Amino acid sequence: MNSASFNSQRPGATHRLLSILLLVVGLLLAAGLCVAAPAPPDNPVPNIFVPRSTPANMIDHLSLFVLLITALIFVTVFTLLVYVLVKFRAKNSDPSHEPAQVYGSTQIELAWTVIPTLIVVVLFLASARVIHAIQDAAKPPSAIDVVAVGHQFWWEFRYPSLGVVTANELHIPVSDPTHPTPTYLKLLSADTDHSFWIPQLNGKTDLIPNRVNEMWLDPHQTGLFLGQCAQYCGTQHAKMLLRVYVDTPQSFSAWVQAQKPPANLDASVAAGRHVFETTACINCHAVAGTPANGRFGPDLTHLMSRATLASGAAENTRENLRLWIQDPDALKPGSLMPSMKLTDNDLDALVNYLETLR
Amino acid sequence: MSELAAAVPSPPQSWTLPHRGKVGMAGLIIGESSIFTIFVVAYIYYIGKSLSGPTPREVLEPPIFFTVCLLSSSVTIHFAEKFLEAGNRGAFLFAWFLTALLGGLFLYGTGHEWHHLIYDKGLTISTNLFGTTYYSLVGLHAFHVTAGLIMLVIVLLFGLAGRVGPEHSLRVQVLSMYWHFVDAVWVVVFTVIYILGR
Amino acid sequence: MASDAIAIRAQGVASRPWVELVHEWITTVDHKRIGILYIVYALLFLVIGGIEAMILRIQLIVPQNNFVSPQVFNRMFTMHGTTMIFFVAMPVLFGFANYFVPLMIGARDMAFPRLNAFSFWLSAFSGFLLYFSFLGGNGLYGAGTAPDVGWWAYAPLTARAFSPGHSSDYWTIAVLVAGFGSVATAINLIATILCLRCPGMKLSRMPLFAWLNLVMSGMVLITITPLSAAQIMLLIDRYLGGHFFDTQAGGSAAIWMHFFWIFGHPEVYILIIPCFAFMSEVVPVFSRKPIFGYPVMVGATVTIGFVSMSVWAHHMFTIGMSSPANAFFTITSMVVGVPTGIKIFNWLGTMWGGKIQFKTPMLFCIGFLFQFLVAGLTGIMLACAPFDWQLGNSYFVVAHFHYVIVGGILFALFAAFYYWYPKITGKMLSETLGKWHFWLFVIGFHLTFDPMHIPGLLGMPRRIYTYEPGRGWEIWNLLCTIGAFVQAIATLIFVGNMIYSYFKGRDAGNDPWDAWTLEWSVSSPPPSYNFAVIPIVSSRRPLWDLKHPEDPDSQYE
Ligand code: HEA
Ligand code: HEA
Ligand code: HEC
Ligand code: CUA
Ligand SMILES: [Cu+2]
Repeated sequence: MNSASFNSQRPGATHRLLSILLLVVGLLLAAGLCVAAPAPPDNPVPNIFVPRSTPANMIDHLSLFVLLITALIFVTVFTLLVYVLVKFRAKNSDPSHEPAQVYGSTQIELAWTVIPTLIVVVLFLASARVIHAIQDAAKPPSAIDVVAVGHQFWWEFRYPSLGVVTANELHIPVSDPTHPTPTYLKLLSADTDHSFWIPQLNGKTDLIPNRVNEMWLDPHQTGLFLGQCAQYCGTQHAKMLLRVYVDTPQSFSAWVQAQKPPANLDASVAAGRHVFETTACINCHAVAGTPANGRFGPDLTHLMSRATLASGAAENTRENLRLWIQDPDALKPGSLMPSMKLTDNDLDALVNYLETLR
Repeated sequence: MSELAAAVPSPPQSWTLPHRGKVGMAGLIIGESSIFTIFVVAYIYYIGKSLSGPTPREVLEPPIFFTVCLLSSSVTIHFAEKFLEAGNRGAFLFAWFLTALLGGLFLYGTGHEWHHLIYDKGLTISTNLFGTTYYSLVGLHAFHVTAGLIMLVIVLLFGLAGRVGPEHSLRVQVLSMYWHFVDAVWVVVFTVIYILGR
Repeated sequence: MASDAIAIRAQGVASRPWVELVHEWITTVDHKRIGILYIVYALLFLVIGGIEAMILRIQLIVPQNNFVSPQVFNRMFTMHGTTMIFFVAMPVLFGFANYFVPLMIGARDMAFPRLNAFSFWLSAFSGFLLYFSFLGGNGLYGAGTAPDVGWWAYAPLTARAFSPGHSSDYWTIAVLVAGFGSVATAINLIATILCLRCPGMKLSRMPLFAWLNLVMSGMVLITITPLSAAQIMLLIDRYLGGHFFDTQAGGSAAIWMHFFWIFGHPEVYILIIPCFAFMSEVVPVFSRKPIFGYPVMVGATVTIGFVSMSVWAHHMFTIGMSSPANAFFTITSMVVGVPTGIKIFNWLGTMWGGKIQFKTPMLFCIGFLFQFLVAGLTGIMLACAPFDWQLGNSYFVVAHFHYVIVGGILFALFAAFYYWYPKITGKMLSETLGKWHFWLFVIGFHLTFDPMHIPGLLGMPRRIYTYEPGRGWEIWNLLCTIGAFVQAIATLIFVGNMIYSYFKGRDAGNDPWDAWTLEWSVSSPPPSYNFAVIPIVSSRRPLWDLKHPEDPDSQYE
């Protein structure tokens, strides 16, 4: 091989390449810092590297290991590339003849086959361990069961053993390592594919029609965790947001108690209730304790206990509620709820009624 | 290039390459096999998954006679090829005709079976999963038989007009590769539908 | 070279009426013209697909932007993905294969010239059919125009219930027809490479370009056809009331995913292998050394071809497969890294000890090496199933595959353009504009696709037309969009360079790069019959032997 170019390093080019190298490394570091920076508490960034649940933790550790190995491979090969480019560039002073013609080398080929193979084996074993630990985990008897059904563009949550039905905002208890209360989700779909993803609690699992999937969450910190549908499911895939409230055991039971009773039948809003029950609303929505038992849209029995409307499309305020019923497309174009074209009077009455559904 | 030729004085003694028609047909067959594989996989995957009747066991009868027809056409086309290569035109035409006839019989068999299933048993492509997968798989095969049959008939017509001679042997072999393939596929389809699937 | 004497002079086409010229191009069966048709057609669609990408990026520049409606956004990414894969990448690679495979193996044309023209026109037709959906997709229901089901068109989104009108039909039929065109071209390439090699061109002496295209064609035969089969099933569902993917009647949505990815994963290698072929031709010439480890390169490619057929479900880690299945697809996906690594190392080995000339084609090759390395490593992260449960369907995936596709495929293609443009047109591309193109594209590329990884890590799913502020995604999306504009400018420079150089470029001569394969032995552009006398070769680098009679390659065989 060519060895004549030892003494003729051109500092200019080396410097340029070095500075590019530094720039790249700097950018990567900056990006890493941004990702690793802790999120402000009331504004949770769904960062996969800030796990708050057992499976997410396992994934996090594995990910960091994989990142480390790939970073090492990157640095090695990148250094090699830079070295080759600097060392073996054609120099103007070169005599015009061709460099030594080398066709290959069996030993070298063998080396760069065997070493990567070993790395792959290591990576695989590490992955297989985590796959097994997460997928084949035994379900403790104290686990909470939730059925999550994906709908075109909203989430239905049912707690079969607690008798609670709600939508879009999932409440689960925090899990104490000494007395774990993980939540086991049974994932179903009513129409197209969806995917349940709360990055800080676990990786994603799809909800596929005609198929039952499972996943578990084991949060060890209370708070609000954000996520959203991660499988393209149609027009409003983007606004199929998810909120998971991890509550203390006490506040979780309080929440369950508040969700159980049928709807509040307040006589002062009878006019609104009349509008609701004589309009198409009841074909799609259920309000427990009333004739409304539609299944196509979210259960509205405790609508006002939710912070957002229509899967996070808007905050749950009176104005938004009014706007939503008047023209769902204004908040979520393409959602499957039609505009009901009510008169202003009816609308006000209706919203008054809905506001009592706590 | 003249220079190039000069720089390489010795052309290799023997330089033979495969026939492009055969290679092309082999390529086509590989591609087609993969299409059939997907249809077969779908058929097997959906065995017993229909939500409503009729089931294969209720309505399917193995078409033994027509299967024998199709398989024997592989034999006749093989002889046709050999006859043509040997320059025996009359025998070639006869064997070729037999092949087309047997292929035609097979197609008739499929048509007959479908008629029976649709009008007597009420099974259509949209009845249930079995109907969908059954008609698709058998239909795909029947489509290939039809295509083959059309080509067989074209060659037959040219042959009758006296335009096919030993010099076309290679081309006829290419067509015959296709026909053998269609037969082989039937063996798979038959096994899957009438043996495994019942 | 002496071959000037036998190369016919450029035909006096300019003086003939344009109708005749158009007629000549439409009816041509010359592999070189068909190659050019493929390439020009693909460039046209690159600009269309690029404009669609720009629309996506503009919409995402700030949270809750209202540049386009959700419906339009969904159509745009579906059309962008479908166009770029089926009507840019496939045809442009087939174009180069069409043009150069016969020239490199010393043949006068493809094995089946008329089939060749037919395949091109099938592809062309299918592209136009896809775009006709903007007019015809409405159907009788006034439902939607262009398809909006994503480029995988997962069931049951494509079922009549969720996709009324005809938009999905245009998608299905366009992709089906394009698939037939690709299969026919693949058959043609295989027959050409196996049956039309010039005397002495043993398989072990074929340029890697021919070898890799042979492997690619084999993969096309085995893996595009499952997609065709699935499309036929979808058509049966949509038109004949079948139930293959009808979840209401017991059909399975997951089986479509399997069928799609049995095609989809090998497809990405079908795209990258011809780019490996470009690399394997360009890197040696600008390093002034033969390719390092030729047999290993061939073996690695064949291995990639085989292994890549058993990894498809790594696109489906999130659908709830059993743990053994997840583990299986993790290992197979990672194993692909080994032969791929071998290729990277062999290119480095080729450069090692060489005299590297930093001409524009080589610059793009270096960009390829760097970016493909990074992209491959992010691929390894995705191949780790648990990591993918987090990353899957997020912007990290989008970043990964644009890193391979733009940073890899597009860069290798640009290298190929700068390298072979002189052969195709007889004119050199401008080096100055080329360097501008390169550096601007590198900057634009990294500005777009480096930051794109991060929102994925922060939980941003793909295929969303808008996002909430305050999740830490804004800045990265802003950078991506700016970068996309820089890429667009760089692309304009490239197009400008091709047009400018066609009229004003330096004459190329037969062999401007002092290269070693047979296409450089004929005039630029080559005569319609390629070789007046069919060449005879006795080594892998026939022109090296010619130029260095004192030290020919053939002596080492
Ligand atoms: C040309 C295209 C191309 C190429 C070459 C690749 C190459 C690879 N890809 Fe990628 N990929 C895509 C195009 C491509 N991909 C596309 C388009 C998608 C998304 C489609 C969609 O969803 O729309 C995708 C998605 C995708 C996914 C699915 C993500 C998801 O949706 O959840 C996965 C998961 O495993 C993956 C993995 C890989 C791997 C392991 C490789 C490997 O081949 C990489 C191998 C290379 C290296 C590893 C680097 C070099 C090697 C070394 C230096 C040796 C040492 C290395 C080791 C020991 C590891 N890719
Ligand atoms: C060959 C394949 C290929 C190529 C080259 C590209 C190139 C680019 N892609 Fe694309 N992309 C895909 C294949 C490809 N993509 C696929 C398969 C998907 C998945 C689709 C799906 O989810 O279904 C996807 C999805 C995809 C998304 C995700 C959409 C989503 O999930 O919501 C985005 C978003 O940024 C994007 C951006 C870009 C950009 C900025 C470029 C740039 O590199 C483009 C640069 C080129 C140009 C800009 C063209 C030059 C234009 C001119 C010269 C004219 C001047 C015009 C203007 C300035 C308006 N692509
Ligand atoms: C055709 C079916 C249909 C009808 C009729 C209908 N809705 Fe809805 N509604 C839906 C769907 C579907 C959603 C979920 C939309 C989404 O999130 O994408 C919804 C959502 C809502 C929500 C938000 C629920 C939440 O938990 O965020 C409210 C409130 C609501 N509807 C009220 C009404 C009222 C009041 C009426 C009658 C005047 C009505 N709906 C009529 C289908 C319907
Ligand atoms: Cu539901 Cu996306
Ligand atoms: Cu893949």
